[in-house]
Amino acid sequence: MSIGLAHYLAVAAILFTIGVFGIFVNRKNVIVILMSIELILLAVNINLVAFSVYLGNVVGQVFAMFVLTVAAAEAAVGLAILVTFFRNRGDIAVDDASMMKG
Amino acid sequence: MNFSAGLAVAYPELILGAGALLLLVVGAFAPRSTGVVGALSILALVAAAVAAAVQPLGSAFAGGLVFDSAAAFAKVAIYLASAVCVPLGQRWFERRGIRNFEFPILIVIAALGMGIMASSGDLISLYLGVELHSLALYVLAAMHRDDARASEAGLKYFVLGALSSGLLLYGASLIYGFAGSTIFTDIAAAVRGGAGTGVLFGLIFLICGLAFKVSAAPFHMWTPDVYEGAPTPVVAFFAAAPKLAAMVLFGRALGQGFAGAAGQWQEVLIAIALISVAVGAFAGLAQRNLKRLWAYSSIANVGYAILGMASGTAEGMQSMLVFMVLYMIDVTGFFACLAALSRQGRPMETIDDMAGLIKAQPGLGLAMTAFSLSALGLPPFSGFWAKVYVFKAALHAGLAWPAVLGLVGSVVAAFYYLRLVKVIWFDAAEGATDRPAPEARGIAVALALFSFPVVMVALRWIDPLAATAARAFGLA
Repeated sequence: MSIGLAHYLAVAAILFTIGVFGIFVNRKNVIVILMSIELILLAVNINLVAFSVYLGNVVGQVFAMFVLTVAAAEAAVGLAILVTFFRNRGDIAVDDASMMKG
Repeated sequence: MNFSAGLAVAYPELILGAGALLLLVVGAFAPRSTGVVGALSILALVAAAVAAAVQPLGSAFAGGLVFDSAAAFAKVAIYLASAVCVPLGQRWFERRGIRNFEFPILIVIAALGMGIMASSGDLISLYLGVELHSLALYVLAAMHRDDARASEAGLKYFVLGALSSGLLLYGASLIYGFAGSTIFTDIAAAVRGGAGTGVLFGLIFLICGLAFKVSAAPFHMWTPDVYEGAPTPVVAFFAAAPKLAAMVLFGRALGQGFAGAAGQWQEVLIAIALISVAVGAFAGLAQRNLKRLWAYSSIANVGYAILGMASGTAEGMQSMLVFMVLYMIDVTGFFACLAALSRQGRPMETIDDMAGLIKAQPGLGLAMTAFSLSALGLPPFSGFWAKVYVFKAALHAGLAWPAVLGLVGSVVAAFYYLRLVKVIWFDAAEGATDRPAPEARGIAVALALFSFPVVMVALRWIDPLAATAARAFGLA
C-alpha cells in the first residue's frame, strides 16, 4: 500500500478533531487546552505540507513556517496570561474560570 | 512590481511597525516616559491614517498586500478609532496606579495587524494580520494584572481566540490544497462557477473562524465574559476597530476570493446574521450589567452588518462599511461614558447604577441616551441611517424575509435600550457620582455629537467614499 495525499489528510483531520475535543471536553487543566491548540496548529501544518508536495508548489511549506512561528508567539502569550491568572487565583483549573456567567 | 515599489504601497504598515519598535525602545530605556510614548503612538496612528488617505492605490508582495479603495477606507477608520483609545485607556490605567508604557504600543501593534487584515490579498497575510491583532488584544484584555476578572477575561479570550484561529487556519489549508493557491484572485479563478466539495469545506471553516473574530452567533460565547471582565477602555477599543477590520477581511475573502461561490456562502451568512440578531436581542433582555448588555448589543449589530454583506452586491458591501463605521462611533462613545463614570471610586457598571444620571451628570446622561437610541436605530441618530443602508441593500438583493426578521429583532432589542434610557431619565438617583474623568467625558460627548447631528453632514462624505470602497470587493 502506498501512502498518498488522502492518508496525510486523514491523519491531519484526526489530529484536528482531537485538538478541538481537547478544548471542549477537558474540564481539568488549562495547560491541556494550550496543548490542544498546538495540536490543531500541527494538524494544519501536516495539511499544508502534504498539499504542498502534492501540488508541487512551495507556498504551502512557506505557510507552514509562518504557522510554526506564530504558534510559538501564541504559546508565549498564552502562558503569560496563564501566569497572571494563576497569581490571582492560585489555581489553573478550567472550572475555576467562572467568575462571570449569564 | 519590484520590492521597493512594493514597500511604497505599505507606507501605513511601515510607519506603524517602525513606530511600535522605536516606542518599545523608548519605553524600555526611559521608564518615566509613559506620557511621551502615548503622545507619539497617537502621532504614529494619525500619520498612518494620513498616509492611508493620500497614498496611491496598488498591490505589493506578489498580491499578498492589496491597497485598494476598500483598504484605504477601512484603514483610515481603524487607525483613527485606535488613536482615540490611547488617551482614553492611558489615563484610566494611571488613575488605578498602573503607569505602563506598553498600553499605547499594544494598541499600535493591534492597529498594524488590523491594517494588514483590511488589505490582505492572500491567505498567508490574512492569517498573519489576524494573529498580529489577536495576540495584542489578548494581552490588552489581561492588562489589568491584579484584577482577577481581567485575567479571567484574558484567558477566555485567548483560548477561544486561539481556537478560532485554528479553525480559520484549517479552512485556509483546505482552500490552498483544493484551489491550488493562497492568493484570492487565483482562488477566484479556481472556484468560478461554484466551489467543489473540498474548497467549500475549507470555506465553511474559514467563515466559522472569521465569525468568531467578529463575535457573530453561534460563535459569540466569549463576547459577554470578555467584555465584562476586561478593562472598560480596552473594551471600547476592541468592540470597535477589530470588528471593522474583520468585516472588511470577511468581505474581501468572500468577494474577491469566492465570488463564484456566492450562492453557496450567501445562505450561510444569512443564517449567521439572523441567529446573531436573535441571540443579541433575546439574551440581552436578561442582562443587568451594562458591559454584558452591550456585548449582546454588539452581537446583534454585527448580525445586521453581516446581513448587509449577505446581499452579495456592491450595495450590500457599502451598507456593511457604513454600518460598521457608524456603529464603531456609537460603541466607542458608550464605553467612554462607562470609563468616565464612577461612584465613590467604584465603577458604575450596572443598569441600576445609572439611575438619575441625567441630574447628576447631564452631559454624560445625554450622551449615553444618544448612544442607546442610536444603537436601537431611532431616527435621526446615526444608528438609524446605518440600518436604513443595510435593509435597503437586503431588499434590493431580494432578501425580504431576512430583512423583516432583522427588523423584528431590532424591535425586541428596543426594550433594553429604552429601559436604560428610562432609568437614566426618570429613576431616583442613588447619590452623587464622582467627578467624571475629563478625557473620557470629552471623547464621549464629542462622539455623541457625531451620532447626532454631525452624522447628517458626515454621511454626505461617508456615502460616496463607502460606495467607491465597496466596488473594490469585486461584486456587481
